[in-house]
Amino acid sequence: MNPAVYDLLIGLAVVLFAIGLAGVALRRNALVMVMCLELMINAVVLSFVAGAWRTQTLGGAAMSFFIFVAVTCEVALAMALLVLLSRRRGSLDLGSAPELKG
Amino acid sequence: MTIFFLVALFGLVAVLFALLVVASRQPMRAALALVAHMISLAAIYAALDVHVVALFQVLVYVGAVMVFMVYTIMLLDDRDPSYARPYAHRVPAALAALAVGVALLWAMGSPTAGGVNAPAPIEGLFGFRGFALGFMKQYAWHFELATVLLLVGIVAAWAAVREAVRDRA
Repeated sequence: MNPAVYDLLIGLAVVLFAIGLAGVALRRNALVMVMCLELMINAVVLSFVAGAWRTQTLGGAAMSFFIFVAVTCEVALAMALLVLLSRRRGSLDLGSAPELKG
Repeated sequence: MTIFFLVALFGLVAVLFALLVVASRQPMRAALALVAHMISLAAIYAALDVHVVALFQVLVYVGAVMVFMVYTIMLLDDRDPSYARPYAHRVPAALAALAVGVALLWAMGSPTAGGVNAPAPIEGLFGFRGFALGFMKQYAWHFELATVLLLVGIVAAWAAVREAVRDRA
């Protein structure tokens, strides 16, 4: 097993996570922000799979399965909320919904 | 060496499509770039012989989640100006993301620098039979909990839809 492959996978996961984070910070449309969140989740899954591959254990692969389940729930709910937000506000611009600032 | 080359190649493709997701002004283009990004990651998993995760990635992510997202884009107005207008503070946001990336890389250092001996590959561990047997032995209870999470997701989405119907009435 080539250790350089593991280093490459972890480096790739970090780069993808940073790109997703930049997207969440840069874009103001809620739908595109959800897509950028998916990029970040994919980076996390990649790091789990890299760990599973490196150690030859099931833990990382099982965790990625559970992440897929959570993502499915998240997207189902997020899409319903986005359609609702779009109908109410006429836009998915998060700047037009200041009450979401917590 | 073949695995290294394949991971590097598909990794580069994944990074390019990830950048396209962030940069696209059209939501459908961003969604299709995300699909291509996920397929590239599935190719990486397949190159690593982690076939079960590669199949989950294609079936669950590309086949279900992304198709769902594409349907949602069709329901929404793509003339929404917020697709084209980026957030005002571009430079601080990009710098913050870069800082997080550099910090993560620094924290991880060189993961294999410690000289930890990796175990030899176990034949069939990440194949369907090996994964299913190991998963149900160790994670049966977690699997049951995941089904509860799915049920909660369905109820929450149904509540949001009911809200939309109430708005229309």
